[in-house]
Parts: sequence; structure tokens; C-alpha cells
Amino acid sequence: MKIAVCVKHVPEGASKIDPATKRIDRSREGALNHFDANAVEEALRLKGDGDTEVVVVSMGPEQAGDSLRKALAMGADRAVLVSDDAAAGSDLVATSKILAQALEREGAELVLFGQQASDADGAVLWAAVAERLRRPVISQAAELSLAGETVHVKRQTEFGYDVIEAPLPAVVSVSDAINEPRYPSLKGIMGAKKKPSETFTLADIGVAAGDAGEAGSKTEVLALGDPPARADSRKIEGDASAAQAIVDFLAEKRLV
Amino acid sequence: MSTLVFVEHHEGELQKGSLGVLAKAASLGGDVGAVLVGGGVKALAAETGAYGATKAHVLDDASLDPPLPQARVDAIAQVVRDGGYDTVLFANSVLAADIAAGLAARLDAGLNWDLVDIRTDFVGKRPALQDTVLVDVGWRSTPRLALFRAGSFDATPTGGSAPAVEDVSVDLEEHSRAAKIVGQELEQASGPSIEDAEIVIAGGRGLGAPENFTLAEELAKALGGAVGATRAVVDAGWYPYAAQIGQTGKTVSPKLYIALGISGAIQHKVGMQSSNTIVAINKDPNAPIFEFSDLGVVGDVHEIVPKLTELINARK
Repeated sequence: MKIAVCVKHVPEGASKIDPATKRIDRSREGALNHFDANAVEEALRLKGDGDTEVVVVSMGPEQAGDSLRKALAMGADRAVLVSDDAAAGSDLVATSKILAQALEREGAELVLFGQQASDADGAVLWAAVAERLRRPVISQAAELSLAGETVHVKRQTEFGYDVIEAPLPAVVSVSDAINEPRYPSLKGIMGAKKKPSETFTLADIGVAAGDAGEAGSKTEVLALGDPPARADSRKIEGDASAAQAIVDFLAEKRLV
Repeated sequence: MSTLVFVEHHEGELQKGSLGVLAKAASLGGDVGAVLVGGGVKALAAETGAYGATKAHVLDDASLDPPLPQARVDAIAQVVRDGGYDTVLFANSVLAADIAAGLAARLDAGLNWDLVDIRTDFVGKRPALQDTVLVDVGWRSTPRLALFRAGSFDATPTGGSAPAVEDVSVDLEEHSRAAKIVGQELEQASGPSIEDAEIVIAGGRGLGAPENFTLAEELAKALGGAVGATRAVVDAGWYPYAAQIGQTGKTVSPKLYIALGISGAIQHKVGMQSSNTIVAINKDPNAPIFEFSDLGVVGDVHEIVPKLTELINARK
């Protein structure tokens, strides 16, 4: 059995947008998107001591190799990076095309995603990738198990939980409530360097440059502005006496 | 110009968020269609007229009632093609996000997400990077797809008449029928639903212990509001999941939101930031919640809240 986990290398700390390109500034130090660590952890849990192969797949600049090595240090077996200048600035349509093509080559029975990207706050990629791979998709997995050729998922929604099953091959995005990702051990970190790791260009995986990056994107960022500030925000300090100040504030706003 | 809105339903009720997006679509001008998929949706379709739909495309099929995205991608893709819609709008939810993204791949159509508004010239507004930047986004081709943050628009009826109802017939893709819902655990909160309440009192870790949720409950009772909770305390078992506000819980936009002992992590913020007035009480002066509160009170909830409840009760 093979499990592929899609991971993203995101800028560390508070992200910034480069005003020239209107893209997220990716020149700074980066790290494995922490939501993706839950997906890596879940793959490793499913693998257990078995002979399942866990492949981590990413699209991004060369530095994304750091995040893939972190996943390898956690225990993944192999890494695949699609890195190409022509892929920079890809939107959902273009990114899903590139990732689906990379995943098609792997032919994993199960493809896992984390619940969102911490930089762009996107929480949509898995459903687009699943559609391109023509596979069933289940999102927001709070519990996941495999039984034969079927994946069972407890999906968290606004209304509670749905228990969903789908035949393999399938695509699942996991909630960050599903597990506590392990920290790589020293042995894991040392071993990661020796694990197989491949880097492909778009041409290598058969994606035309015109289908990637800005050329292949259907959305665009037009302008950056300041968000509307909350008008006359106030801050006070105090003990029980502050309660009167709150009541006065609510009365002024006609809320009591 | 014509705009299609996916109208989500749950237990026989159209979801307010979708109706708000429908009302927004009507304000953009042009033809507005609603699309509904599931068991018994034909009976629900008439209501969409009051929010601006002139046409309702219904796939009334009980076998499609389980809220799974992929069959809905098939249905909506067909409606978009047949109806010549150039814009498709969604109110964000676990279901709607998966449909929108699947549809983007199916139609090779641009999807902008997390929007809080859209202009008539099809420029979308998206707060990004923890809402420190407001980004104008656009589409390079049609159909344009957009997912709106919950609570972005009020579901105000515009008083339109019942829409023309059209049945959708579609051959589902094999992969769209593969996933099945085999069980559901729906949680019911007691008291008023936090999504409908005009006042929400929410508690976080700063309450200190599960029994201290009575502070939130008593204040909610005094103000006639509902009680919400952060994910941290729901995960810790202090309060039921149905009350969870935030990214993996509910999104609320009440007139008044009072946060008790809540730090205001981004995951919580996304669920309550569109509240009209936000009051926060937290003993940590550096808590992020103060950055988006109208009134921030640095102090001990255990001292302030009982007194506040008492003062409010005394005013009645």
C-alpha cells in the first residue's frame, strides 16, 4: 500500500505580501505548514510497523525541500518535489493540475492533505485535486481508519459528525484535531538525509508551462489595501468596577 | 450577465448564509438562479424567490440528500453549462468549500475564497494574513467562482415572488457516487442556537474550569443571549461541540459578542469577527482579541462577570 501526503512549505512567522508581485513573500525562512504535519502523522500512524510506503509530495521553491526533509525526519519514506520557476504564482486551478499530475505518477491508494495552508488560509485544494484524479474525496477527517479497500472517516461539520466511507483510491483531508504530530527524533533527522528524494520540473511530470503559474491561473490579485479598522476601539483595565464601564458601553450602543 | 448561487439546506431549512449570498447576488443585477440538491428540495425552492432568485434549479433526489460534495459538482456543472451562468457563488461551509473547489477543477474556473464582499464590476474583497491586509481579487475568465465567509451578508428578504422551478437531470460520474455517509452524530445545543442569537457570550480557557461556564450562562440569561465556546475548551470537554465557534465550528455574526477569557487565536477569530460589537474580558493585556474588540477589558473574568450580570439584571 502507498500513501501520498501533500505538504506545503510556508513562510515562518507572520506572512507578508510582496507589493511588487502581490504574492506572499517566500524569500524568508520557511517551515512545514503545521496543518500538514497532522496529515504526515496520520499517514505514519496508518503505516505503523507495516510495509506501507509514505511518500510526501510538495510543489514549491527549492527551499520546500526543508519541509519535505522534516516530513522524512518524522518517518515518511520518500519525497517528491515539483519545483519550477514557471509554477510560481499558481492559483487553485493551476496548482491542482500540477499536484494531480505528480500524484498520478505515484498512484497512491490514499492521498492525504492537512486542513488548510497557514499562509494563504486556503482550505480547498484537496477537492480540486480529487476531481482531477477522479477519486472520491472526504474532508475534515477527525478520525480515519482503513479496512481492506475502504477508508472510513468521521467528518467534523458545522452540525456534528458524519461517518463516511469510500472505496480506495481516495483523497482525504484531515482536521488538526485528528492527532498530535510527533517531533522528529535525532535519529530521524539524521536518517532523513539518506532517504530517497526527487525533484521534478513541470516538463518532467508532463505539465505545460502555460498551464502553470500566472499563465495557467484563472484568478488574480488586483490590489492590496488596509482593512477597515474597528471604529473607536477602547481598552480599559480594572476589577469588578469595570463591570459598570461595560454596562455603560452597552447602554451607549443600545445593547441593553 | 447571470449569477448562480448554491443554496444549502439542513434538516429542511435553507441555510441563512446561502440566502445572504443570494440576496447579494440579486444586488449585483442580472439574472439570479438558485441551485438546490437533495431530498425534498423542490418544496424548499419557492423560498429562494424572496431573496432574489428568479429561477431555481432543483435536483430533488432523496439518494443525494447526504451532504457530500461530488454529486453536487456534477449537478452544478451541468446547470452552469446549460444555463450559461457566468458567476457561481457559495456561502462557505464544509460542504460548500468542497463543491466550489471540485467545480473549479471540473470547469477549469477560477475560485476566489474567503471573500467578504464582491463589487458589481466583479472585484472580490478578501481579508488576508490574519486580516492585516484587504486584498482585491479578480477573475481572468468565466465562470467566476467565489466562496464567501459565513456572515458576510444579511439574509434580508427582498420580497421577490416564487422563482420558476426547473428540474435538473444529470448523469453522475462514477467517482461522484463512491463516498457514502453511513452514520451521523448531530449535536443539539440547549437554549437558543448560537447562529441565530443576537447576543453571544463565549467562554475560553481563561474561565479556568468547566464549572465556571455558569458565569457565561448566567450572563447569557441576563442578556437573552446564547453561549458559545472556543475549540480549546470543547476539546477539553468543558462544553459541547455544538457551541464551538471558529474555524472548525460555527461562524456567528451577532449584534453583540462578549468574549470571556478568550485569547482570540485566528482559528477563533474567523468564526466571530463579523459580529457588530465585540467586548472582550481577558486578564492578559497582550491577548490578540483586544486588537479586534470594540471594548477590551483587561481584568479577571471571575470578578467582573458576576458583577456585570448583577448590574444587567438590576436594569430590568
